[in-house]
Amino acid sequence: MTAPVRSVDIAVLGAGPAGAEAAIAAREAGLTVAIIDESPRAGGQVWRAPFYRPSESDIRKSPDLAAGERMRARLANSGAETLFGHRLWFAAPSLTLSTVSADGPHWLSARAFVIATGTTECVVPVPGVTLPGVVGLAATTILLKAHGVVPGGRVLVAGVGPLLYAVAAGILESGGRVAAVVDLSRPLEWVAALPALATRPDLLRRGLGWATSLRRAGVALRFGHTVTAIAGETGVTSARIAPVDADWHPVGPGEAIDVSCVAIGHGLTPATETARLVGVPHVYQATRGGFVPRMCADRATALPGVYIAGDCAGISGAAAAELSGRLAGLRAAHDLGALTADRFERLARPVRARLRRAETFGNAISRLMTVRPGLARAIPDETIVCRCEEVTRATIDRAARAGAEDVNQLKSTTRCGMGPCQGRMCAETAGQLVAMARAGSRAEAGQWTARAPLRPLTVSELVGAYEYDDIPKITPLPG
Amino acid sequence: MTSSQAQASPNQTPQVTASPDWVRKPVARGPAIRLVVDGVTVTAFEGESVGVALAAAGRLVLRHSPGLGAPRGMFCLMGVCQECAVDIDGAMLPSCMTPARDGMRVTTDALTRRRDAGSPRKTAE
Repeated sequence: MTAPVRSVDIAVLGAGPAGAEAAIAAREAGLTVAIIDESPRAGGQVWRAPFYRPSESDIRKSPDLAAGERMRARLANSGAETLFGHRLWFAAPSLTLSTVSADGPHWLSARAFVIATGTTECVVPVPGVTLPGVVGLAATTILLKAHGVVPGGRVLVAGVGPLLYAVAAGILESGGRVAAVVDLSRPLEWVAALPALATRPDLLRRGLGWATSLRRAGVALRFGHTVTAIAGETGVTSARIAPVDADWHPVGPGEAIDVSCVAIGHGLTPATETARLVGVPHVYQATRGGFVPRMCADRATALPGVYIAGDCAGISGAAAAELSGRLAGLRAAHDLGALTADRFERLARPVRARLRRAETFGNAISRLMTVRPGLARAIPDETIVCRCEEVTRATIDRAARAGAEDVNQLKSTTRCGMGPCQGRMCAETAGQLVAMARAGSRAEAGQWTARAPLRPLTVSELVGAYEYDDIPKITPLPG
Repeated sequence: MTSSQAQASPNQTPQVTASPDWVRKPVARGPAIRLVVDGVTVTAFEGESVGVALAAAGRLVLRHSPGLGAPRGMFCLMGVCQECAVDIDGAMLPSCMTPARDGMRVTTDALTRRRDAGSPRKTAE
């Protein structure tokens, strides 16, 4: 074949804060490292690299950009091989990894594998959520930060968590217009999270700065509210918002507002498909964002050679991700014999302590953002839950009542979760709906079985360019 | 849909092409390049994602859903949802993750077009 299997000591999947730190730590221990990411540059989503060259003043103004630039420089100097623009589509339990990039298919064989795939944004569907002009909250931060583009017209910013205020303030700062911020949480719930938030005064200050700039601009802040429907023909023209009860179920008909874009997000859920594909067992933990891999000490898993770092092991935020990445890299280096037990302990001990503190902050945010069941309960029958296969809530309810006990049986009978996104967008909602229809728990509704290819790819991408002589033949040829 | 931003920053500065909807902020972009989108030339900037270039050119509808034929556009911007998949130089790729290069040929709604061209059942409807 054109691309033979290459070997490295450690392969890292995901070049966000967790993956980059893991790669750097393993390089410092003298191991060969390849780090894989779909994006053209390192940074992950939180430190997404701008496609343009940021000025000194851009960097001074944005703590995330500054942190990202520092990390990109350290990773570049670490000597880790970067496989950027590579989509991983298969990871065999033997730790042979299959990717495709613009120049064809690649295979990489690793002695250890650090999974740092981050999160997927969860959006509980409402009527009209599939319209062009409706984008994720995290998507909007990428638009603003990485592309320097602001959605035009009036933007409704809706959902849960601090990202709401970051996005709304970012839109204003970029010269855009915010119609309203619609926050599921109530002010008292924010107050209850304050002690934990106060452990990161820098981030708390940033949050208060966003709130101040929104108040100054006269943006309506609607606490304890949700979007119940989005309307338009080929784009967004209006959205309806209503107050919610303690379970986040909307109450009453609410009111319609004219908007031309909706940025919506209901928290983050760990991106676990790669860990599931290699066979790491998972458990359900609502306050950590959903199903999380079962972890052993220092980011190791029950599978020898497989380590998991960052938010894909449970939502804890960027600061914790960096530290857990470093710990994973050190632990993998130790297990491969590149660090003595003594040296590993000396390096790991301070990281563990800082990680615990960072997790206090991240976990408080994650708890605040934990999606409550009223949102899914309120989805109207005819609303599309699985965007790819256009499976409605009514279809899911019917399948569950007819005997689909978990999301995999649901998938077999309805195609829910079987489209190009491979169920990443609807997994949480589909699981909630199955659990509700069967009066069971979300944990019992389970996870989709992870299947290759993890990303859509064509047979021609997989085959790549080859010569006749590359095809394995039996010698001597028969006949 | 109107956009005050588009009116506020007319096309005097070559660095910033205002669109009716999504607006490029004045940051130090790379060289302006051209994409051919469904046969029409669209200005973009080297390295920005194809999906964002399309949005800034007012092209928010990138495809129609296979079953209901409902309009769809870029949603997650991180290569997960595949809503923004378009045909780029012959390959179906998530446009939000594909850096724009000069001369790229982009076909929106590629799967619907292919199906409509090849399916007698569809033409009989």
